[in-house]
Order: sequence, then C-alpha cells, then structure tokens
Amino acid sequence: MIKTPTIDWLALAPSLALAGATTIGLLVAVLVPARARKQVAWFVCLAGYASALGTAALLFDRSGQARTVIASSLFRDRYGALAAMIVAGAGLLTTLVFYGERAAPDRVGERFALLAAAGGGMILFAQAASLLTLFLGLEWFSISLYVLCALERERPEAIEAGFKYLIVGGFSSAILVFGSAFVYGATGTLNLTQIAGKVASGNLLLVTGLALILVGFAFKASAAPFHAWTPDVYQGASTPVSGFMAGATKAVALLVALRVLTVSFPSQEHLWTTATAVLAVASLVVGNLAALVQRDLKRMLAYSSISHAGYLLLAVTAASSLGGRALLYYLIPYGAASIGAFAVLAARERELGEAATLDNLAGLGWERPLYGIALWIFMLSFAGFPLTGGFVGKVYVFAAAQQAGWTWLLIVAAVATVVSLGYYLAVVRSIYMRPGTEKKTPPPRERLLGTAVLLATVITVGSFFAAEPLIELAKHAAGQLPF
Amino acid sequence: MLTTSLIALPLAGALAVFLLPASKEWVGSLALAVALAELGLWITGFFGKRQFDFGSAKIQFEQKHAWISDLGISYHVGLFTFSFWLVGLTTVVMAAAIAYGLWAGRERANAYYALMLFLTGAVVCVFSAQDLILFYVAFEAMMIPLYLLIGVWGGERRVAATFKFVAYTMAGSLLMLVTIIVYGLSHGFDLTTATTSSSVWLFLGFAIAFTVKAPLFPLHGWLPDAYREAPPEVAAVLSGLISKVAAFGFLRIVFTKFPDLGAGTPLHDLRALFLALSATGLIYGSLLAFRAPDFRGVVAYSSLAQMSLIGLGLFSGGELALSGSVLQMVNHGLISTALFLLAGAIESRTSTGVLKRLGGMARGRPILASLLVAIGVISLAVPGSSAFAGEFMILAGTFQRGWGWALAGLVAIVLAAMYMLRLISAVLHREPGEAVPEHTPDLRPAELCIVGALLAGMLAISVWPAGIAKHSFACLTETQTVSTTQPSTPVQIGLECVSATQPLFGSSATSAGVNP
Repeated sequence: MIKTPTIDWLALAPSLALAGATTIGLLVAVLVPARARKQVAWFVCLAGYASALGTAALLFDRSGQARTVIASSLFRDRYGALAAMIVAGAGLLTTLVFYGERAAPDRVGERFALLAAAGGGMILFAQAASLLTLFLGLEWFSISLYVLCALERERPEAIEAGFKYLIVGGFSSAILVFGSAFVYGATGTLNLTQIAGKVASGNLLLVTGLALILVGFAFKASAAPFHAWTPDVYQGASTPVSGFMAGATKAVALLVALRVLTVSFPSQEHLWTTATAVLAVASLVVGNLAALVQRDLKRMLAYSSISHAGYLLLAVTAASSLGGRALLYYLIPYGAASIGAFAVLAARERELGEAATLDNLAGLGWERPLYGIALWIFMLSFAGFPLTGGFVGKVYVFAAAQQAGWTWLLIVAAVATVVSLGYYLAVVRSIYMRPGTEKKTPPPRERLLGTAVLLATVITVGSFFAAEPLIELAKHAAGQLPF
Repeated sequence: MLTTSLIALPLAGALAVFLLPASKEWVGSLALAVALAELGLWITGFFGKRQFDFGSAKIQFEQKHAWISDLGISYHVGLFTFSFWLVGLTTVVMAAAIAYGLWAGRERANAYYALMLFLTGAVVCVFSAQDLILFYVAFEAMMIPLYLLIGVWGGERRVAATFKFVAYTMAGSLLMLVTIIVYGLSHGFDLTTATTSSSVWLFLGFAIAFTVKAPLFPLHGWLPDAYREAPPEVAAVLSGLISKVAAFGFLRIVFTKFPDLGAGTPLHDLRALFLALSATGLIYGSLLAFRAPDFRGVVAYSSLAQMSLIGLGLFSGGELALSGSVLQMVNHGLISTALFLLAGAIESRTSTGVLKRLGGMARGRPILASLLVAIGVISLAVPGSSAFAGEFMILAGTFQRGWGWALAGLVAIVLAAMYMLRLISAVLHREPGEAVPEHTPDLRPAELCIVGALLAGMLAISVWPAGIAKHSFACLTETQTVSTTQPSTPVQIGLECVSATQPLFGSSATSAGVNP
C-alpha cells in the first residue's frame, strides 16, 4: 500500500472547479450538437469560474490560520485564497466578454475550456508552497494561454502572438526552473518555507537561484526589461484574452513573487528589494514613454500594463505588510479596469471590424454613452485619478514605498504618472473631443459585454468609495505573510 | 450634516441631470434648480437651531467617517468661518454659471450640466476637507469636469488649451500627492490633528502646487489660453472660484502646518521670496492686462494680478492682511465671474472679444453700459466699494510686513484703474467698432438677472465689508504642538490672537486631545 498524503479538498476546490470545467468544456466541444455548443461551453466556463469564486471565498473564510497542506505542496491561507478570488473574478468578467467574440465554428467550445484551464492553473500557482507545484501551476496556465492566443489561426497576428508568447514564455519558464534547481542545489529542498535560513544568506548558489527565479516572475508580470513580448502578444491575441492576461496573469505573477521572496528569501531582502526597485523604475520608464507614441489601443494598453507592473513592483519593493496590502488592493481595481477597457475595445472592434485606434475611437463617447463613460473611468483609474479605485491603489502603493524609505522611487513613480496622463487623456480626448464618422448601421447590441463593462465600472468606482471592506480583506490576507 | 449635504446635493443632482431624458431647456432648468437649492442650503447655515457660529474658532458642521483606516485616512469634513464664506462664494458663482449656460443654450445638455454640478460638489468638498487625501481627491476631482468643459464646449483652440491646463496643473498636483504622502505618513493625514513640520521640501511641494493652481507668477503659463478658450461661464468659474481653491490651500495647509517659528522654518525663510513673486505677479499681471488685446485677456490678466494681491496679503500674515485676503477672495470671485459673463454676452453679440473691433456699445444699450461700468468701477477699488475695503486691508497689513511690499500694491492699484478704464472705454465709448452691428440688442432680462444678482452681492459687501472681514477668523492663534521635539508649545503662525485658549484650526472633537 502506497502511503498517500491527506487531501485537503477545500484548498484544492477552486482550481479543481476550473479543471472540472475544462474537462466538461472539452467534452462539450465534441459531444454537444453544433448549434448549442457555444452556449453550453460558455455556460460551463462561467459556472466553473463562479464556483471557483465561491469556493475561494469559502476557503478565505475557513483559513484563519495559514498552514501548508497535501504533503506541504500547497498553502492553505487567506493570501492564496484572495489571489484565487481575484483570478476567478477576472475570469468571470472575461467569460462574459468572450461570448460574443467571433470564432471559427470548429473551435467555439475549446476556447472556453482553455479559458477555464488558464484560471485553474493560476489559482494553483498562487497557492503553491513548493517550487515544484509552483512550476506545475505556471506551466498549466501558460500553455493554456499560448493556445488561447494562437487559436484564431486564420489571423496571422494571432499566430504571431501565440508563437512569440510560446517562445518567450517557454524561455522564462526554463529560467524559473533553472533558478529552482540552483536553489535546490544550495538548500536541498524545494519547499518554500524550508528554503529560508537553510544556508548562509550570501550563498552564491542560492543568490543565483533567487536572481533567476526573479527574472522568471518578471517575464510573467511583463516588467521591463523582460517585457518585449507584451505589446505583440496583447495586440495579436483576441481582445478579451489580452484583458485577462493584463488583469489576471500579472496579478498572480506579482502576488506569487511577493510570497516567494518574503517566505523563502527573507535574509536576502536587501538584494531583492534593490532588484525589484530597478525593475520598477525600468517598467515605469519604458511602459510610460513607449505608450505615449502608440496609436493602436491594444498596444497602448499593453505598454500601460507594463507601467502598472512598475507601480505594483513598488509595493513588492516595500517588503512590508503595508506593501502586501497595497499590492492586493491595487490589483482589484486595476484588474477590473483592464478587463473593462479591453472589453470596450472589443466592442469597438466588433462594431468596426478592425483594430481600435485613437483615430477610429473618435466620437465613441457620444455614440455609445455607456462605453464612453466606462472607458473614461477606466483611463482615469489607470492614471490614478480620484473617484476611482486606481487612485486609492496609487496612494496605497506610494505610501508603502515611502514607509519603507524609498522616497526617490516614489518621486520616479509620480513623474511617471504625469507622463502617463499624456496617453490616458489622449483616449479621453479621442472619445469626447473629436467628431466621429457617420456609421451606416447601428452597432450590434451585446448584453453580456455590456454587463461585463458595467460590472467592471462598478468595481473600479466602488473600490474607491468602499475601500474599507477591500482593505479588510487585504489585511487578513497580507497578515499571513511573514514580515 | 450641512457640510455633507452641501457636497452630496450637487453630486446627486449631477446624476439626476445626466439621466434625465428631456430637452436641453428642461435639463438646464433642473440643473439651475439644484444649484439654487444648493445656494439656499448654504443660506440655511445663517439661520435655524444649528446656525453657523461666527464667533467660534472651532470647526463646525463637522463629520468624520473612516475611509482608508490602514493609513489613517478618513472622510472628514467641516467648516471654519472663512471656509464658510468660500462655500457661499461657490454656490453663488456656480448658480450664476449654470444660469448663464442655460441662457446660452449649451448643447449636449445632460453631460454639460452634470459636469457643472459635479464641479460644484467637488469645490465645496475642497473647501470643507479636513483630511489631506480627501482634499487631494476633491482637488483632482475638480480637474475632471474642467478638462471636459473646456475641451468639449470650448473655443477653437480648446484642445491645445486643455493640454496646457492639464500639463501644468497635473504636474503640480502629483507633486502635491507625493508631498501629502511623505508628510502624512510622518505627521498624520488628518488636518485637525496633524503635527506641524519645518521641512522646506514639504513646504515647497504644497506651495508650488497651489502656485500653479492660483496661478501666481511665474507658473501662470496655462492661464491665458484656458481663460480665452473656455466657454465664458467656465472661464468665470476658473477665475472666480478655482483660483480661490489655491488661496484656500495656502491658508488651510501651508500656513497652519508650516508655521513661522523664526529662522530655520520655511515660511520664515521663504516668505520674502513668495512676497516678491506675488509683488512681481501683481505688477506684471496688471501691465499685461493693460496691454491685452481682447476683453477676456484683460480680465484674465487682471485675475492674475488680483490673485497675486491676495497672495501678497496671505504671505504678509497678520490678522488685517489675512482677513482682507478672505474678503478680497469673495470680492474677486464675484467680480471676475460677472466680468467673464459680460465678456460672454458681448462675444455672443459681436462674435469677437478683440477690443479694436468693439466700441460704442454704450449708445442705445443702457443696461449693458451700466452693469459694465458699475462692475468695472468696483473692480478698480473705488473708495466705498467692496474691493476697496479688501485691498485696503491687504495693503495695510502688508505695510506692517514692510512698506516696500505695500508700495508694489499701490502701483498695481493705479494700474488696475488704468486697465479697467481702458476696457470700459474700448467697449462702451468711442465710435462703434466694426464688429458691432447697428442693432445689437441690449442685455436680455435673463442676462440682467444673472449679472445683476452678482452686482447686488458686490454692493451688499460694499455696504458692510466687515460682515465678512470681521467674521473670517474668530480667534487668531495656532496652539498646535510642534512635531515631537517641542511638545505643547503654543505657536504663533503670524496670526495675532486675542485669546490664546482656542486653537484656530483645531477640531472641536479632538482639540482637547491634541493640546494637552
């Protein structure tokens, strides 16, 4: 009889729900008759994300004490549970937007299965307590996303996006594994909590491993200088998927980075805070400056997401409980605004049949008031204007950096924010201050997409006014990190 | 409760106006009704069981609600005596601006009036904020409607004007955000309990942001374009109201949190610099106003000069100069609003504001001529007018700081008479200008009502300037503790005090705890 570890089903439930949705979705894609295939597959994916959200919330409630479960391979704690909730929420919104996306008839079911799979992998990744499960989760969601990007193989850009993402993503995964091997070589363990304090803090093998792992995370979070794939992939992938990558992939990459750095490498803090500070500055500079010259909206948002990796890295650099709370809070309005903004772009693309640019966005605000106001709010949130959660997030992140003594970093971030207004307000100018062209046909009505945009708007604005409950959640979650 | 109602009423009104599916006349009427209700709500502060106590130095109508507890940030609002007057100015100016917008028949009415009402709420929130982050939130929230109001409903070169406006003010604002965070984490975000600081950098962070917003020389680069390209009623709001927000920021944050404790404190060391900048701006602005080729240019640069004069008063310190500054803020708010609305009225008749092409408008247009002359004469501070009282107090106070500064003020008052009389004569007298058609109508009753109401306000203050000047600062001392090194040392911030027992800017709820 082989000795098996006790399984904590609740800890596994969020990712299992999505794994289940993936399996059922794939079966639906072949077994259900073609006319109902899209609806059923969509519903399965939606149900998967809904149950992941529900179980993650339950897990959050039942994990007052953080501990590792299932042979120390997973954390059962509120930090992981909140990360799972963010991913599941992002997935829910994306599923709503994804329904109306055009797809070849032979692939309508698969894409929902892949979307569910990506979310499941991310949740496992966020809960991982060992470098092995971490890699497992990473590959699970990465491979799903590679395929999801390249799925519309009729469009050459989609193939290009998928291919680029595969090469660069595979490369970054390899670097992460390589780093894990170094760490294992130095400490003899893959368990995150046991890595800490195993060997002298200056151990060259360990520090090299740390650096490589950090690079792997920076790739996934699309932080400069490891960002080169982002604009091409965001532009080529189907628009809702780009939104999901901006809102969810970046979120888990940074959350897990903070966890790994604080749990496994506390005695190297002076090293990795310097490294993340450099990454943050590079992302802020590259993201904001490059976004200024973009005309294609998806590329602009890609560079904007790179700059946001910079703001988020400020919170990681703070290496404090306040920084953890700031990171968790920031991700909620940021994720909602990202998915919402890409959803509005998707609506415009479906209406015009071409990629949304600053030019053909003209007049959107008056033609379609809901989308106009929503896009306006998302841009203001990205720019950190008040009355949106983006403002509270920025204040929070800045405060964390300042409290940890990174005043110069705070000043760089503030200057970067001024620069970012150049392109965020260009969008507002385009949708409100330039006359639109006459449209022959009325735009198609898409209730699901409209619902998603409305929800994203509510979250973006609501997280400003009702910041306190979200901060409560973040407090519980970040309180379980060892600071 | 009154404070929160004053903030919430226009915001709720904005939502209602935005969603109302009706013609632009109905939408505008609803917006005007909300703006007038707001004015009425402010007036109730004078009466009733819970009337505003002008004899009290304490914060009144206070309300506090936790918001971001993690950083000690709260929704904390309340009114001091001088903020009460500024809120009153807000309600009057915004009601006039909305009425003018209704008269002018702005297109895209739902969005237009919603933004105007939203702006009202934001400005009231700035004047009543007692938390630094809340102050910043409201300060920035004003930018959103202003950006769109200028950018969508403005003149031909509006996009360039909004770009300049946003670039200047956002650079200042984000500098202030950094300052607020650095300051707040070590001294506290709540203005009523935050300790004072003597850091030059923090002082400059706040001071520069307010200098841009006012604007004061030399950071006024955005002013001429924004004031010319905005719709007239929005220009009126910008110069009448938004500039006062900056003066309020100096008064509420810079002077109370960076008190003059002798050498080594920024206010002491940099006072001469800011006085010099104000004096320069005063004379420079007046000269530019004298040279400006168009109606709005004259008013815009005179606004720069007037804000510099207020700056001169604020940085002089002392009861006389500060009270005079508050009085002059209200005066200038009413005057420049009225002048910009008149500029709009003239532009809508002649489709130009260029003085060379105007002229001779007095003949056959008695109402326009009387109003413009009356407001012009008040604005050039003829003895007996409200502006005279304000400027006299500022100059008398400035004289106590140093006669040289007062001299600059005197020169500027002469210049003010010159540019204002030039404006009046260029518009009203001489031969009829080429842009003035023969049968250009006089002011319509609606325009008369709006500008006349503002004039009535000016006359009322002219009759009893002490009503504001004597009721702006009930007790003029700051007794907050200075950081941690010198606990419980009473601090003079340049405001001489009658009785040292009550803190000027302490919270009624917390003052006992702050001053052990």
